Amino acid sequence: MAEGKKYETPKLDELEKGAWPSFVKEIKAAAQKSPMAAALLGQLEQSYNEKIGHWKHGGIVGVVGYGGGVIGRYSDLGDKYPEVAHFHTIRINHPAGWFYTTEALRGLCDIWEEHGSGLTNMHGSTGDIIFLGTTTDQLEKVFSKLTALGFDLGGSGSDVRTPSCCNGMARCEWACYDTMKVCYNLTMAFQDEIHRPAFPYKFKMKMAGCPNDCVAAIARADLSIIGTWKDEIQQDDELIKKFADEGLDIQRQIVSRCPTRCMDWDGKKLTINNENCVKCMFCINSMPRALAPGKERGAMVLLGAKAPIVQGAQLSSVLIPFIDLEDEESWNDLKQLLENIWEVWCEEGKNRERVGEFALRVGFGNFLEAIGLEPTPEMVAYPRDNPYVFYQTAKKE
Amino acid sequence: MAEMTVEQLADAMYEMIKDAKGMKKYKATDLQKAMAERFGADKQACKQAIRLLMDSGRCIYTYFGGSYIEIPPDQPATP
Repeated sequence: MAEGKKYETPKLDELEKGAWPSFVKEIKAAAQKSPMAAALLGQLEQSYNEKIGHWKHGGIVGVVGYGGGVIGRYSDLGDKYPEVAHFHTIRINHPAGWFYTTEALRGLCDIWEEHGSGLTNMHGSTGDIIFLGTTTDQLEKVFSKLTALGFDLGGSGSDVRTPSCCNGMARCEWACYDTMKVCYNLTMAFQDEIHRPAFPYKFKMKMAGCPNDCVAAIARADLSIIGTWKDEIQQDDELIKKFADEGLDIQRQIVSRCPTRCMDWDGKKLTINNENCVKCMFCINSMPRALAPGKERGAMVLLGAKAPIVQGAQLSSVLIPFIDLEDEESWNDLKQLLENIWEVWCEEGKNRERVGEFALRVGFGNFLEAIGLEPTPEMVAYPRDNPYVFYQTAKKE
Repeated sequence: MAEMTVEQLADAMYEMIKDAKGMKKYKATDLQKAMAERFGADKQACKQAIRLLMDSGRCIYTYFGGSYIEIPPDQPATP
């Protein structure tokens, strides 16, 4: 591809300074070969000068049969920057845990340099591989080459968004269940829901292997599956002592910072009252190998997180306190629960209402009843601050 | 009422979308609810009917703040 028109970009140039990576530097590198990337620099500089974004999104673009995976993007300065008048985004379903071979990555880049701007985002906040900037006539060609390479489009619009997980057992000793297996199985089980939007709004699923929640499931996913354990924290007293001998002030830096104060340190031995542990991972993170999650591991299923878009941000609430996700029965239970949630939400949810907002609107109790779950104490997100049980003074005889 | 085939459901959905063109956009759930109400169609049959409409190119998905099912325009529209 030929080099595009050059634009003066004094404001963007500022973002190249410093020791950190710069997206401007990368766009400039792409602009050596791509007129689209060159025009993008021009439009972006104008946006910085005017403090106005010039993108519109949505509309009628996609590949045949799919309702997700392509986000139509248009410039309202198409006359001035014709190369980016149409600048569609493609979302591609990433491999669970983001493991690639270099051959696969080169294949992806080759496709995109041939049919798009060459600019990618590895990865989007949901986890997908993002291809930035192409025209409508290139979409089917890109899709065809992606499928030949073994990739499929991800979710967009009112559908199940591409499920995403941490790399769990592949690299992390704290993973309490096989996140990549669950992510892959959910992706394959709900292909129809990923590619054919049928919901009131988006539905995101994220799987984190332990309560550290490296994929931010509790803050971002409509359905969060977060690893946890039932039994006691594994404890190696020799290693704990070694931490103390090497200068870690266990009383001040660990015990007094435990959110439920469930630990004691007598200077020689750490005692944990596991019944009061809320699995925050603080002590385990502070003394790796000396402490570790218990042996009876599984996951907690939560519902309803979202970032602030239409309404404010929301964290997820517990639906299933513990599920082991190893046997066929628990796997089927999870899939059935999802079907039940979608059924109720599709029936009663408003347009652009996330499932967490819907559950709050109808009341969590009513929502649980509709999806067929019995309430349990673990589902209480906050202690009630306006009690409706009033105690009356006993009448004197 | 005799059970509707997937093809008949697809035709009924197409008519519904065509009649509302320019006035109302339907989401997949709107079509599903309408088919359940009119013909007692189940969810799975409705999903297959929508897939048939998409794969045949009679309808397309569009996105205007949410995902809708529409008849393809003669000219591509921008939002």
